[in-house]
Amino acid sequence: MMRFSTLLRHPADWMVGTQKDQCAVITSRIRLARNLKGHSFPGWAKKTERAETMAILRPAVEDLPAMKDAFSRELGDLTSVQKQVLVERHLISREHAARVDGSGAVIERSQSFSFMLNEEDHLRMQSIRPGLKLKEAYDALSELDSELEEKLEYAFDPTLGYLTTCPTNLGTGLRASAMLHLPALVLSDQIGQVLQAVHKIGLAVRGLYGEGTESLGNLYQISNQSTLGESEETIISRLERVISQVASHEQNAREKLMEDDPDMVADKIGRAYGVLKHAYLIESKEALNHLSLLRLGGNLGFFPEETVNLCDVLLMDIQQAHLQLHAGMKLSPEDRDSIRAEIMRSRLQSLESPDNLSLKNDQSDRFPEDGNPNKS
Amino acid sequence: MKCDYCDSKATVFLTQLAEGQMKKVCLCESCANERGVTDPTGFSLADMLLGNFQKDIGSGSQAKGKKVSADDLDACPQCGFTFEDFQKVRRFGCANCYKVFASELTPMLKGMHKGMSHVGKVPEGLMESHYRDHRLEELRSRLELAIASESYEEAAEIRDEIQCLDEMGVKK
Repeated sequence: MMRFSTLLRHPADWMVGTQKDQCAVITSRIRLARNLKGHSFPGWAKKTERAETMAILRPAVEDLPAMKDAFSRELGDLTSVQKQVLVERHLISREHAARVDGSGAVIERSQSFSFMLNEEDHLRMQSIRPGLKLKEAYDALSELDSELEEKLEYAFDPTLGYLTTCPTNLGTGLRASAMLHLPALVLSDQIGQVLQAVHKIGLAVRGLYGEGTESLGNLYQISNQSTLGESEETIISRLERVISQVASHEQNAREKLMEDDPDMVADKIGRAYGVLKHAYLIESKEALNHLSLLRLGGNLGFFPEETVNLCDVLLMDIQQAHLQLHAGMKLSPEDRDSIRAEIMRSRLQSLESPDNLSLKNDQSDRFPEDGNPNKS
Repeated sequence: MKCDYCDSKATVFLTQLAEGQMKKVCLCESCANERGVTDPTGFSLADMLLGNFQKDIGSGSQAKGKKVSADDLDACPQCGFTFEDFQKVRRFGCANCYKVFASELTPMLKGMHKGMSHVGKVPEGLMESHYRDHRLEELRSRLELAIASESYEEAAEIRDEIQCLDEMGVKK
């Protein structure tokens, strides 16, 4: 049986993928909701019924070739910190973490696929990829879904499609979303306008951890809302189109900022570097916002390219439950701020100050005049 | 009968059930147009016209059309879930609830989704029956058209095809 510590020893595959062309898109995520025919939905089912559906679902999921040697647990067997870590890694939902017996999680070794059993629906499966790869993520997940379908009898209606606990997921049961890093749109005050436009065409915009969460670290999730009346391909291709538009807006905003106000950009990135490298106590919000600027610095050539991945991994590692897991004990908020700062300092130890990097070589074609943040 | 607003002859009669009470308004054509009665969407019109608009604005969505009372509806025979439960949690009890509460659900789907019927992936085994249902629907509407246009020969052909498909469904 795969241990929790083994699962989390390495960052997820999607946390370290490299994507040069669409650097504003961090990850793509696909979720499919499915239910079993003839069984009450988990929220309404009695305890014995939930145990029944678990007994059907769990072996079916574990037997998938792609899920060989997966991490598989009933939620009652996980501590609340462990569950919270899985939430922070986007492997289970916040709602699912609140559940105990009769619900489960099966997570693939590289954390690219995860299955929630008896969440709001009997089965919620997810696939995550780095960069803008919604189509690939869907195709891979749909394949697993088809394999499961041979063993499980899904609740399906020819008119309403896959029947889900909540009618907002009817039809395809598909939620496709991408996590975007949009610091330049925020810095140039264009973010409101862009997000409003996205909202207008019927897509949802959320913060880092889904519904009702604040947008921290200039991170935004864009996802589809409608699941009925359009095919998976239509939903996904529209979403990909909109997301790559937003990403290119971000790219343009970055280039414009570097042209119009390179000192401001250099100042922000330099300060973020200084704080993260030398702080001894740092709150989560402050850390996330500085990490965002560091990541931007990585994209703009202030730091070596691999800094971007370092930031994405740190983004997970400095969150509450990850810190507690790292420390192996319950931490007070003050303890957390101190450990968070310690992790930052040690990981950034070898990251050189942007002042020492000669930007002229890398950036001379793109920013002929103002590429050097040390000018003036 | 005279219009409630002027002395002209009333030609538009609006009867609406809201909160268990029947409300009647009689209007002439010009008053009806003026008050937008010919477009019976949006608010509870009878209330608006009778001046009870304020009182009802809170429960506006339910007062629209005939009021759906949860008590009158049977629970889902498979899981015991009622529509009242749905109104509380906005989620259903089991897959069968979608059949039981279909009439309540349909109007809600409009605001929720881009379409009213599923386009997309279909479980493999269900592909056939899904296709057959679509085909049947198409044939039935063609049959109606054929009968309406008195092309009985075509109608007979369509009828035979429907029968054939129906039998296939039963065998399965």
